[in-house]
Amino acid sequence: MSKYAAKAYRRKAYWNEPEMGWWERAYLFEIIRGLFITSRVFVVNMVKWMIGRKGALTTYYPEETRWDYAAGNRGKHILTRRPDGRPQCIACNMCATVCPAKVIEIDAAFDPTDPVHPKYPARFEIDYSRCVFCGLCVEACPEDAIRMLKEVPDLPAGDRDTMWITKEELLNWNPRSDVAKPYPAAGDAPQSRGSH
Amino acid sequence: MIQDLVIYVIFIGYAISVLMGFGTILTWVERKQAAVMADRIGANRAYLRIPFTQVKLVWLGLFHGMADGLKMLLKEDWRPQTYDWYAYAVAPWVVFTPVLLVFAVVPFGGILIPGELFPSLADWFGEKSYPMQIARLDAGLLIVFAFGGMTIIGAMLAGWASSNKFSMLGALRAGSQMISYELIMGLTLLGLILVYGTFDLNEMVQHQSGVVLGFLPAWGVVYQPFAATLFLAAAIAENKRIPFDLPEAESELISGYFTEYSAMKMGLFMFAEFIEIAIIAALFTTLFLGGYNLPYMTDAGFQFPDGSTIIMSHGAVVVTQLAVFLVKVFIICSFQILIRWTLPRFRYDQVLRFAWKFMLPLALINLTVTAVVLWALQ
Repeated sequence: MSKYAAKAYRRKAYWNEPEMGWWERAYLFEIIRGLFITSRVFVVNMVKWMIGRKGALTTYYPEETRWDYAAGNRGKHILTRRPDGRPQCIACNMCATVCPAKVIEIDAAFDPTDPVHPKYPARFEIDYSRCVFCGLCVEACPEDAIRMLKEVPDLPAGDRDTMWITKEELLNWNPRSDVAKPYPAAGDAPQSRGSH
Repeated sequence: MIQDLVIYVIFIGYAISVLMGFGTILTWVERKQAAVMADRIGANRAYLRIPFTQVKLVWLGLFHGMADGLKMLLKEDWRPQTYDWYAYAVAPWVVFTPVLLVFAVVPFGGILIPGELFPSLADWFGEKSYPMQIARLDAGLLIVFAFGGMTIIGAMLAGWASSNKFSMLGALRAGSQMISYELIMGLTLLGLILVYGTFDLNEMVQHQSGVVLGFLPAWGVVYQPFAATLFLAAAIAENKRIPFDLPEAESELISGYFTEYSAMKMGLFMFAEFIEIAIIAALFTTLFLGGYNLPYMTDAGFQFPDGSTIIMSHGAVVVTQLAVFLVKVFIICSFQILIRWTLPRFRYDQVLRFAWKFMLPLALINLTVTAVVLWALQ
């Protein structure tokens, strides 16, 4: 007798071996039961659609927001506006400095007609293909100029070059001017700002 | 003569547009019905934008079929390096064409008398009448089996000519499965042929407008309930859809016998499958569900079992019959989709065991009982 003689094949017994009675073995009855279950779900959902309720658990994104959508979600950025519509941003570059992913690019420019904050961003762009949505830019901002809203509309893009968000879009996709640090009117600027 | 030509061109146009329409609509119905059965919404993002406006027509995702067609037309038409490119190229058409041809013998309406329907054409047509059916043949049911059997050749050709092991396995499975279930389809219908005494599908429908046991409509499903169940199961197996989709079996064989087909050639296989759903439904309607007639309805109007009758005008009868046929076909299509999204797939040995050890004896018993009962009644 060889040590390697073939053993008789024995079918492995599983711990959850199905135990089928004659009812299950007849197959047809269980099929009919299954068809009843699925058609019941179908009919119930169709009735729900007809009486105006949604017969599905799916949330239409982005038209619908889930009820448990996180209130503190850090979504797409905005730049807040001054009352006259110009950006609140003073191009101090603190957000760009603190940004761990280095996605914010600011080109500062000089505006001689605004003696209080002569610096303003001529270009303010964020590369969303690299942004990590940490919110450090919002915390670093001394002027309450950059914020992150809860929503994240239209972020997906076909290639990474088109994922740059420009200053115009940051200012305009959801305009806000309720800044915590109001821009002083031009006349009383020195008094209200104080002097160093 | 020229009148016949006009009428038959209209019939053929109607049949092809019905089949193509069903093939297109069923892709949508399948998606949506499966979604609703599974508490989902289903495909609803494709839209048609009206040119020069921002009005987007979504229509519950009805345009996803068009998007699919466009995608298949625009995809790369990839060819494998096969030694038999002719068989490879011709295989989708060998699957697709017989499926369409089966519909030639299926009656989709009763007798049409054009002179009565359109009085202005009465001079031209005279008293001519046409059964609403492309080809009224005495051997109608045999034609159904002849063309139905040809799709096996297409599947085998596709698998053989693809020079791919998975395709070959799928083709072998398709061949054995379809031949097994073809036999059962034939045996189940033999009982029906014994009852009606004819192979002509139109005559079968006219047999079914009567009454049996005093009140039941004399439908085939009343005479032969077992045969109806077995026929539907065998027909779904013949169409190679879940729970019998072993030839495709994407978890084992990628896509079975049409693995190597891309773009519109693959689309033809899929389209043939969807049209075959409609064909099976049309056959089941014709053979078992009274065809184009409502219960108690004949070409003259309704004749209820209590003796009362409703006489209908010819135009009303024609429109009712066309609509009733379409509605019945659609309900059976929907039932097939319900089955497809309810049952899990068989194992391969189970498919063949189911055919030869379960359905074949039942079909034989059904045939024997039918023959004995008919002999005893004579």
